[in-house]
Amino acid sequence: MSAVGELASLAKRRSAGGPKEKHPDNRAGLAFMAPWLIGLLVITILPMIASFVLSFTDYSLIAPPEFTGLDNYKEMIGDTRLHKSLAVTFIYVLVGTPLQLIVALLLAVLLNQGMKGLSFYRSVFYLPSLLGGSVAISILWRQMFGAGGLVNQLLEAIGFTNLPGWVSNPDTALGTIILLHVWTFGSPMIIFLAGLRQIPQMYYEAAGVDGASKLHQFFHITIPLLTPIIFFNVVLQVINAFQSFTQAFVVSGGTGGPSDSTLFYTLYLYQKGFTQFDMGYASAMAWLLLAIVAIFTAINFFVSKFWVFYDD
Amino acid sequence: MTDSTATAPAPAAAPALRVRRTNPTRSVIKHIVMIAVSLVMIYPLLWMIVSSLRPNDEIFRNPSLLPLSFDVSNYVDGWNALAQPFSHYLINSTLLVLGCVIGNLVACSLTAYAFARLRFWGRNIAFAIMLMTLMLPIHVVIVPQYIMFSQTGWVNTLVPLVLPKFLATDAFFVFLMVQFIRGIPRELDEAARIDGCGHFRIFFQVILPLMLPALATTTIFTFMWMWNDFFGSLIYLTTPENFTVPLALQSFLDSQGTSNWGAMFAMSILSLVPLFLVFLVGQRFLVKGFATTGIK
Repeated sequence: MSAVGELASLAKRRSAGGPKEKHPDNRAGLAFMAPWLIGLLVITILPMIASFVLSFTDYSLIAPPEFTGLDNYKEMIGDTRLHKSLAVTFIYVLVGTPLQLIVALLLAVLLNQGMKGLSFYRSVFYLPSLLGGSVAISILWRQMFGAGGLVNQLLEAIGFTNLPGWVSNPDTALGTIILLHVWTFGSPMIIFLAGLRQIPQMYYEAAGVDGASKLHQFFHITIPLLTPIIFFNVVLQVINAFQSFTQAFVVSGGTGGPSDSTLFYTLYLYQKGFTQFDMGYASAMAWLLLAIVAIFTAINFFVSKFWVFYDD
Repeated sequence: MTDSTATAPAPAAAPALRVRRTNPTRSVIKHIVMIAVSLVMIYPLLWMIVSSLRPNDEIFRNPSLLPLSFDVSNYVDGWNALAQPFSHYLINSTLLVLGCVIGNLVACSLTAYAFARLRFWGRNIAFAIMLMTLMLPIHVVIVPQYIMFSQTGWVNTLVPLVLPKFLATDAFFVFLMVQFIRGIPRELDEAARIDGCGHFRIFFQVILPLMLPALATTTIFTFMWMWNDFFGSLIYLTTPENFTVPLALQSFLDSQGTSNWGAMFAMSILSLVPLFLVFLVGQRFLVKGFATTGIK
């Protein structure tokens, strides 16, 4: 079962009020859990509380934090760069994630039809998603979509002229990063492939006997039975996409340019927190990010009731 | 493509009682589609490799893979382009990855054993919290963490990047190992317990040897992620002598702008070689790890 499914079933079990559990292993449990418990406290919970408190202060590391109430949050309302970064990130998430998942699903379905060389294609498609997060690939992307880069050379070879530098044009720079995201469709594709394997062959055989076309089978067997996996992928890819950083940083040289067209939310947060050392504002931004991710995840879970189909 | 459809036999249209037989036309079309997609996917990588072995000016003139040339001067150039020879950054990255792998293996396996096998107070709540941290953006904790580590004097060392791994903060691997341990028959634990083993011996002598595939998956993923780690490294490693490979590449791009693509390509390729090797060796563990937990 996936992490998402597990969490859902855990919540169900608690509310159902199962039989009282016995705890014979309390001491061993504490011993084995000690690293995780310390980590949860020191690396996660205390910093979370601290960052929440800091979000109501003005703090630049040099002087002690100064309580300013809701000033950081008020400042966010008028911060046009913040609004721009939100817009950029939303476009990236709302365009990039569906595109990537659709490509992943289509290729997974094609690969699943028992073709020869499956493992070869699977490796080739998967490789980019391993490398895609590296600075090396972002560097390649910057050259490829630059004025005299690979893409323009290829386009010129087939007769285009007056081509722009895609990464230096505010209208297209974000598109190149979305393309990089789509290029790494390999990891969700592998999850889809694993899901497709779980669909019992008898459904297709029965539908075939009834005369259902391949297309019909795809929409009425494959897609419904795959919805839990699709849901799982959507939840995780959305959460991941909101936190993308490296590609935008490298392609724009850390600025989020041209004209803030690739100013991802996390990139702006980094600039605020770690180049301008406006730690209070960065903390407030982090909490806004958490709220946005939580809201999106909640929406995903809520909407899932209407389209995710559980076979069991 | 039209050629192959013309010569191949017409597709049989008998839906009922059809014997599953691969239709040659469709199979050919499918392979053509797959090969085309593969090419688009892989072409930039191949071109980067080929270009790294070409003289610098040719990178902006030759979009094709041919003719091949084997000019290694970009590699020599790139190796010595920064304040330290590139080996220095490779060593830093290796140390980082090594520390993180050991940390994750030790801490996550201990935690996973407790979640999967021990019955203790608050286990379900702890497990739910662990799953939720899986989805927590690092940004919510990074500022106070940075302040904390700057007060302990560990900023600009590898400690802030490695220490959390020894505290099982990578919930992904805890979850992966929990799933794996649940699949190991409990009879084995029971037998060991009847023989008088405590939990530590059961863990070390029964469970740990049986969960090698999960440990391998953890090793590979940790390697890949930390080898590529950028956000954390960018924040914590501040002076060039402590840079890891991704930071070195970034500063290379910063300092030489876009004037020296050949050398930059060469070092980029070099930085991808370890990833590629791990991918080749560990492919089956990767695919399995993905399928069972499904998180990138």
